[in-house]
Amino acid sequence: MTTQFLNIKKLNKSTRYNIVTVGSILIAYAICMYMINAGNMSNLLQNLLVAMCYYGIMAVSLNLTVGILGQLSLGHAGFMCIGAFTGAFFSKIMINTMDNVIIRFTLAILIGAAMAGLFGVIIGIVVLRLRGDYLAIVTLAFGEIIKNVLNVLYIGYDSRGIHFSMKDTASLNLEEGGMVIVKGAQGISGTPRNATFTIGVALLIITYLIIVNLVNSRSGRAIMAIRDNHIAAESVGIDITKYKILAFSISAALAGVAGVLYSHNIATVQSTKFGYNTSILILVFVVLGGMGNLRGSMIAAILLTVLPEYLRFMRDYRMLIYAIVLIVMMIFNWAPIFINWRKNHSLKDAFNNILKKIVKAKKEA
Amino acid sequence: MSFITYLLNGISLGSVYSIIALGYTMVYGIAKMLNFAHGDVIMIGGYIIFTIMSTVGLNPILAVLISIILCTLLGITIERIAYKPLRRAPSLAVLITAIGVSYLLQNLALLIFGAEAKSFTSVIPVKPISLAGGRLTISGETLITIPLCVLIMTVLTIFIKKSKTGRGMIAVSEDKEAAVLMGINVNKTIAITFAIGSALAAVASALMFSTYTNLSSTSGAMPGIKAFVAAVFGGIGSIPGAMIGGILLGVIEILSRAYISTQLGDAIVFLILIIVLLVKPTGILGKKIQEKV
Amino acid sequence: MEMLSVKNIGISFGGLHAVDSFSITINKGELYGLIGPNGAGKTTVFNLLTGVYKPDIGQIFLDGENITGRSTIEINKAGIARTFQNIRLFKNMSVLDNVKCGLHNDYKYSSFSGIFRLPSYFKTEKIMNERAYEILEVFGLEKEAKILSSNLPYGKQRKLEIARALATNPKLLLLDEPAAGMNPSETEELMDTISLVRKQYDVTILLIEHDMKLVSGICEKIFVLNFGIELANGLPQDVLNDPEVIKAYLGE
Repeated sequence: MTTQFLNIKKLNKSTRYNIVTVGSILIAYAICMYMINAGNMSNLLQNLLVAMCYYGIMAVSLNLTVGILGQLSLGHAGFMCIGAFTGAFFSKIMINTMDNVIIRFTLAILIGAAMAGLFGVIIGIVVLRLRGDYLAIVTLAFGEIIKNVLNVLYIGYDSRGIHFSMKDTASLNLEEGGMVIVKGAQGISGTPRNATFTIGVALLIITYLIIVNLVNSRSGRAIMAIRDNHIAAESVGIDITKYKILAFSISAALAGVAGVLYSHNIATVQSTKFGYNTSILILVFVVLGGMGNLRGSMIAAILLTVLPEYLRFMRDYRMLIYAIVLIVMMIFNWAPIFINWRKNHSLKDAFNNILKKIVKAKKEA
Repeated sequence: MSFITYLLNGISLGSVYSIIALGYTMVYGIAKMLNFAHGDVIMIGGYIIFTIMSTVGLNPILAVLISIILCTLLGITIERIAYKPLRRAPSLAVLITAIGVSYLLQNLALLIFGAEAKSFTSVIPVKPISLAGGRLTISGETLITIPLCVLIMTVLTIFIKKSKTGRGMIAVSEDKEAAVLMGINVNKTIAITFAIGSALAAVASALMFSTYTNLSSTSGAMPGIKAFVAAVFGGIGSIPGAMIGGILLGVIEILSRAYISTQLGDAIVFLILIIVLLVKPTGILGKKIQEKV
Repeated sequence: MEMLSVKNIGISFGGLHAVDSFSITINKGELYGLIGPNGAGKTTVFNLLTGVYKPDIGQIFLDGENITGRSTIEINKAGIARTFQNIRLFKNMSVLDNVKCGLHNDYKYSSFSGIFRLPSYFKTEKIMNERAYEILEVFGLEKEAKILSSNLPYGKQRKLEIARALATNPKLLLLDEPAAGMNPSETEELMDTISLVRKQYDVTILLIEHDMKLVSGICEKIFVLNFGIELANGLPQDVLNDPEVIKAYLGE
């Protein structure tokens, strides 16, 4: 027992932190599974389990852009949207040709991630040359464009191949027996419900490990160097554009994974669900959990997904609370009054003072 | 004739964008921040006029004046509570706060006035005129909006060039530290900038909702973002730029809705923003900002 | 042998000639001082040499290679590293990671190997750590390796910036007021470190300083800049006794 304990202590700090984080997720997963099997979990909570996972993935991946790269993206839901549509589209056209659900769903996830990542690269090339505030507006613009275009997009498929239209179903000119897959504002319906809690947890852990390993590597240092001081980063030869696009596209691809999970959880996916409000919701998770703090993002995402369903107060005033969270967190972190207050009232100091007093009292005794 | 009607509607909408864009461009120039909540002040202005007219039944002009006063106070309050403590914070923190304020205003309005959209009654007392034997009609709103926009631009330009406060604004926008050394009260200057911007937002709201009568908690957000696009288009920090950008954007939006696609109007506006930022990031009349090393 | 050879570079900002036909030749291994009154254009020279600004006219050669008009990143790769007058550390990163950022281009593995922890990750990280600690030891910072760079005292932050620049393995090191804000004993210690670095890493140094006495102590040659133009250039004793230089510093 003691030797094992010592071994854990020997590991470096970040590895230990990751073991604790992944361990906690696994323990929470085990408790949930036990409760489900024992019939102790309410239907309400069971319906939220997958949502917690995809919101967790969204929060961790947005944190890569906001907390690690230091750029505000307001279009993160747009990447989720691309992943959701691409994954659902793939599953629907392959549903009769690929019988193996595991392979099909894995491919759907990979294709959804790749497509969202591709858009991330394209958008990244465009926006990452811009200054911070412009970047926020342009990512917002991209999110809205993606939403608006998908809202009027019709895609059908028959023996001659895939057909597109921006007008209506009829103008797709499908053959007899052809299938309309994307129906404009109605989106895609009837996607196989392959997303399970287990898959969700696995994807959440993978997402976390991808980002945390990236952060603690050569590329991660380059990304954080750009965040902390881009002029100094250039002066030591770090290619700013390359690493900005790398971070942005990995973040987008993982949002795509969350999207695939989403569309295979509720069977119907509509582009209007991925607007500005969803992007802000994810931003609230990141801000509340702490910018740059990946574990915090997951905890905030899970709490803010579950709490509104249980607390009536939180349900009615949810959006208002989110707004206040954004303002209060920023002022508390950055306003000079609170910076000083925190210096004078740090928990660590208070704890140390108490400890000192105890030691002193013991010595005197 | 329909093309001329669209063009006039476009210039009219563009004039409203110009007035809103002024608020963005002045605040951006002086406080170096993107006031995300600016569009939502428009929405609040709309609700104030609506409430006064529908409950007290006051004269529309008086209602607009009260709305201007209340929006000005709102702008100053927002600046004082949310932005002033963050003067030295990184721009990311300020931007997130501004988004928070925007979201707060939207959701307060939602709680107070409900989710159902209200129908705004026009405050413009001018009757439409008919030209070319009744084939071309120009609405009273258009007749008022365009000249009013020109008037506001002129007055504001003169104010900034000639008055002491105005020149203080230019000084703060050029170099904050130097302005302090010259004895300019930076906090006061920034507060005045927010006050002017918010008062203009109230004017814009009266004009906009008189034409586009649908009033809901989110009806300020989109025009706000588009006006920011207009400000970037014309060159952020430039007053004539805001006017040119606003009018061009209004015309492009109305024409593309008429001739390309109704549903993709917003997408086209955003596409223009992206193209402008790629081709000429400083906008039509903007200056290049060099970072000090 | 010439390490840096600058031929008549100049730049103007809105009609003002910030630097005008600036020429300098620095031989390999030399320690050159660049001095001048406030606003003389010293930092602008550094910004021109490192590609932050592109010169309007003139040419810059590093070790025989024409680097005029290249980007900051390419110039660093070619072999020029610098520090900044107002310290620019990566504040939210550890002291060790700051130095490892300097090693970015010399020790490589792909992002993919980093994410999936392939053998090249462990191998390269190990070498990077060893190399970084080596550099930190020269500056006496090895004990603070794991703390946040913004928590270092001021003098050590200046040293860390030099360590980071040195980690890029430069041929030419540009130091922008390395002793600014230090007390006399800290300054003396820093000067010793600079001499040590020069011997150990075989690097040519150009440094900006405000204080002439200080510069004359360690520099082999001095260049005096005033209003963007050369005022004097040569051995310390000659330069410091030049009446033009005395006039520029003390006034008429």
